[in-house]
Amino acid sequence: MDGQPTPRILLCGETALSIEFGDAIDATINRRVHALADHLRSGSLAGILELNPTYRSLFVQYDPWELSHERLLMLIEEGLSATRARPAVQRDPVEIPVCYGMEFGPDLDVVAAIHGLTSDAVVALHAAPVYDVVMVGFTPGFPYLSGLDKRLETPRKASPRKVVPAGSVGIADRQTGIYSIDSPGGWQIIGRTPVRLFDLERADPFLVKPGDRLLFTPIPREDFEGLAHS
Amino acid sequence: MKALRILEPGPLATIQDLGRRGYRDRGVPLSGAMDQTALRVANGLVGNAPQAAGIEITAGGFRAELTGEVRFAVTGPEMEIRVNQEAIPPWTTCTASGGDILTVGLAKQGLRAYLALSGGIDVPPVMGSRSTYLRGGFGGFRGRALMKGDILAIARTPGPPFPMWRAPSSLIPPYSEHPKLRVVLGPQDDYITPDGLALFLGAEYAVTARCDRMGIRLEGPRIAHRFGADIISDGTLPGAVQVPGNGQPALLGADCQTTGGYVKVATVISSDLPLVAQIVPGGTVSFETVTLLQAREITLKREYQLRSFHAAGSHST
Repeated sequence: MDGQPTPRILLCGETALSIEFGDAIDATINRRVHALADHLRSGSLAGILELNPTYRSLFVQYDPWELSHERLLMLIEEGLSATRARPAVQRDPVEIPVCYGMEFGPDLDVVAAIHGLTSDAVVALHAAPVYDVVMVGFTPGFPYLSGLDKRLETPRKASPRKVVPAGSVGIADRQTGIYSIDSPGGWQIIGRTPVRLFDLERADPFLVKPGDRLLFTPIPREDFEGLAHS
Repeated sequence: MKALRILEPGPLATIQDLGRRGYRDRGVPLSGAMDQTALRVANGLVGNAPQAAGIEITAGGFRAELTGEVRFAVTGPEMEIRVNQEAIPPWTTCTASGGDILTVGLAKQGLRAYLALSGGIDVPPVMGSRSTYLRGGFGGFRGRALMKGDILAIARTPGPPFPMWRAPSSLIPPYSEHPKLRVVLGPQDDYITPDGLALFLGAEYAVTARCDRMGIRLEGPRIAHRFGADIISDGTLPGAVQVPGNGQPALLGADCQTTGGYVKVATVISSDLPLVAQIVPGGTVSFETVTLLQAREITLKREYQLRSFHAAGSHST
């Protein structure tokens, strides 16, 4: 063994369980979650209804008529051994063009003021890293990203907005993410992408999936309008 | 083939099947019938596959014109159902001819009724399901609740004559205004104090007006947390019992978000979800624990009954 703690199996009724790798938001833990999810996806999925990787655990829903709890535990045990030493394959980052500030990012100046930074510095810090999509949730296609620069960690707004437009890029504590559809929300909104994270007209409605990597590229307003209409 | 014209949808009527599977990791909820037993049996009564789409009628007030000859069935808690002026029984195959008016009233003890038409409601599947997801604005009829004037088609013309039959009473869930819901503890029961756990399992909780397809907020003795109510967000499913910071439990429904950041003390077993679907404000619920093995035995027996019923139905067509 290489010193990694054994994951805990938590029961979610008789049709689901959660494999918990730790109790922290941590890149190593999240990679183990995705490695196990990828491993299970590559095998027989008979009886497995859902595999939902989140920050530190993998949620598995199954049909007890097709797959017994005991057999599922064996598949998980086998997957844990196979992935213990092998990190998940790194995927090429998905590039997301973002128009920061103005009406697209009404909280950019707020975030800058909280941290004593210029707005340009906030944009530069936000667009620098390659982020990991640690999970997708809240609304269809909404990616939760890890890798935010510590200097940008900002609490949520005191009162949430009733409608945050689709494409809005926000910060909440140490997380950053992109609103996939118009929805209520309390994250600090610093910019917006003209790219649709969730679009039922596309063959694959989802731009990103858990385990992907992602980077933001600042664009001027003209490009936003051009891309939005293309 | 056109089959139905909505005259009055009532407070909320949506097209639902057994839900959208395989997209939870993309943030897409299950959706589908809140009371899956009622929809599955309704489908069986008209010779459909269990997963065919029907109409989930919430709190009655529903009136529709059946525009052609069609077999149909209405299931759910005891309620008033009429074809024109004639009262008809629930959980029974019925036949309508063109121009008949179907009325579904408010249930005496419950909330949701299911209407299945032979052939199944024909709307384009979205990500493999015909279920309506209102918050996302997709699935079902144009991604929205049914409205007056909507005309719905069925997927195929009715087959050969089909015997009138009635679902055996053993298939009808024991609906109640005061259900005792069986739960398996976890995933985060260890986040609740022993006293909190004893209250959760011993007390009655009142159903509040905040009750929809996403979740049902309950009110009663406060359940205390050992380490606070927030966890690092993890996966959720319908039937999970969340305990947010106010200590008042909430039952998650079919449209619940795919991830959540509150402690989940327990999960209602799948066989009891039909009872959750029929909870109304003013009622109460209580909880009792079963082991994983007991939960599995109950669920497998239930599944066997439902599958046998369907097999018998397809044999008789």
